[in-house]
Amino acid sequence: MVRGRSLVPGEASGTLLRLTHPISFWGGVDPVAGEIVDPRHPQFGARLEGRVLAIPSAVGSSSSSAIMLELLREGTAPAAILMGRADAILALGAVVAGELGYDTIPVVEIDPEAMASLPDGSTVEVRRDGAVEVRSD
Amino acid sequence: MSLDLTAREKALLAGADGDGAAMAMRIVVAAAELLGARELVEITSAHIDGCLYHGDGGVEFAETLARGGGRMAVPTTLNVGALDLLHPDVVRADAHRTEMARRQMQAYVAMGASPTFTCAPYQVGHEPGPGEQVAWGESNAIAFVNSVLGARTERYGDFLDACCAVTGRAPLYGLHLDENRRATVVVDARAVPWSLKSRDVFYPVLGTWLGLMLGQEIAVIDGLPGETTRDQLKALGAAAASTGAVALFHVAGVTPEAPTVEAALSAFGDFGAPRPGSLRRATEGVPRRIPVTAEGLRASLARLSTAAAAGTIDAVAVGSPHFSLQEFEELARLVAGRRLAVPFYVCTARATLAEAEERGYEAVLRAAGVDIVVDTCVVVTPILPASDGVLMTNSGKFAHYGPSNTGYEVIYGSLEDCVGSAVAGRVLRSEEVWTW
Repeated sequence: MVRGRSLVPGEASGTLLRLTHPISFWGGVDPVAGEIVDPRHPQFGARLEGRVLAIPSAVGSSSSSAIMLELLREGTAPAAILMGRADAILALGAVVAGELGYDTIPVVEIDPEAMASLPDGSTVEVRRDGAVEVRSD
Repeated sequence: MSLDLTAREKALLAGADGDGAAMAMRIVVAAAELLGARELVEITSAHIDGCLYHGDGGVEFAETLARGGGRMAVPTTLNVGALDLLHPDVVRADAHRTEMARRQMQAYVAMGASPTFTCAPYQVGHEPGPGEQVAWGESNAIAFVNSVLGARTERYGDFLDACCAVTGRAPLYGLHLDENRRATVVVDARAVPWSLKSRDVFYPVLGTWLGLMLGQEIAVIDGLPGETTRDQLKALGAAAASTGAVALFHVAGVTPEAPTVEAALSAFGDFGAPRPGSLRRATEGVPRRIPVTAEGLRASLARLSTAAAAGTIDAVAVGSPHFSLQEFEELARLVAGRRLAVPFYVCTARATLAEAEERGYEAVLRAAGVDIVVDTCVVVTPILPASDGVLMTNSGKFAHYGPSNTGYEVIYGSLEDCVGSAVAGRVLRSEEVWTW
């Protein structure tokens, strides 16, 4: 189990999708398709819906909050987001979604080394207190 | 809650200024808590990146804030929208998108923001001074206001920038604090030949390299010319903020917090000693130095093109960040009396276009066949004539975002090369400056 810091509280589980390269949601993710569309990104074409998305770091445009909000509005968002370092971009999109009455998702800050210990493709559970557990089934 | 709020801030939360201000305050407080800030700081200006339409959620947010009586508490400019309001036929969008994009832009204006609709507010008179606390969105504007103007902002995303503007507050965190603004790495550009450093084409490539190399670390760049222009710094920051999360860089002898390399690294002599509990300690020992090499720059140059360096082009786009008056002057000189064979777009602020018209640059550009786009740009909204093709640009930011946002392959070159290629209809690029 990995202990993280809950940025946006909530509970979720899903298959871990670990990004091996930083991403800008704006320009990098299509919110309607819920898909990574930056052809230069190593996970180009990956679908986000229902996944627990592990992001070592975010880059690029400050419009990424808006893409986060649209993913939540469209219902194509990941089940949860794990971030190597807290920022007020992606997590904020989830906060605003809550204000507007949309279903929101947990966002957790976890140490990048601990993040690297979570196997890509495994089923992980995110708890309200920020704990992240790999399910063995 | 470890966040200390003043009586006024608590009153805003409780709805003293209405539901809009209360919602804005809740979001600022949530951001402060997730960032680990202990208090909020009063700001003197804001730049809102929230008027670009990405979907109906952004419209709902702005209209909810406005309906709740939200008003900008500080002078506030607006970033690009998804429409050219002055030339409505420029953008191809369906009726729903057009209507929602217009509503989103209008909601912010109704709350008292200035309808600048530019990603370069610093070119239309919004220039906070050194040390001023501000809340700016838009990655290039953030890099510029911090680095070139010496004001202090964190990287504010959509929504938080607007909430800061409405509350007049921001989380006291990160780059708002002296001790987090010092460089932790020296980027040594002294070996780069003067013939390259004096050219505009160098700066987006250096920025691309910087963003890839640093992520969000703060560098002081050593060895750039003392006369490095604002347009060059703008291009450098925009590219660095595209490939990395660069929100602040220093240039020794050029930017306000770097009179020297040492000053940017170690001290804030002008601003006092580090505060207790600062995130970073004074840099101890010898700082990390990274040399800028010919190989490194050529790799970044290559990354800015996805199309073949020899072939036809279908369009040219310049003006990301938005074109300045100086860039208009240069482009007018380059296109005067020539006829462009492919569509050529210049993106700029409506205020800058008005100045360009006054100086006669606009007439020269139109005669050559240049299209001028205001309030928005070709990479954020459908303007380009097709859904694929080859787009040439002198902008590191356009080159970075072009392929995923427009479907076009990109080719990077200087403004002069862009004009030459647009006349010929195929890529004509001078490569020799990159070899030493």
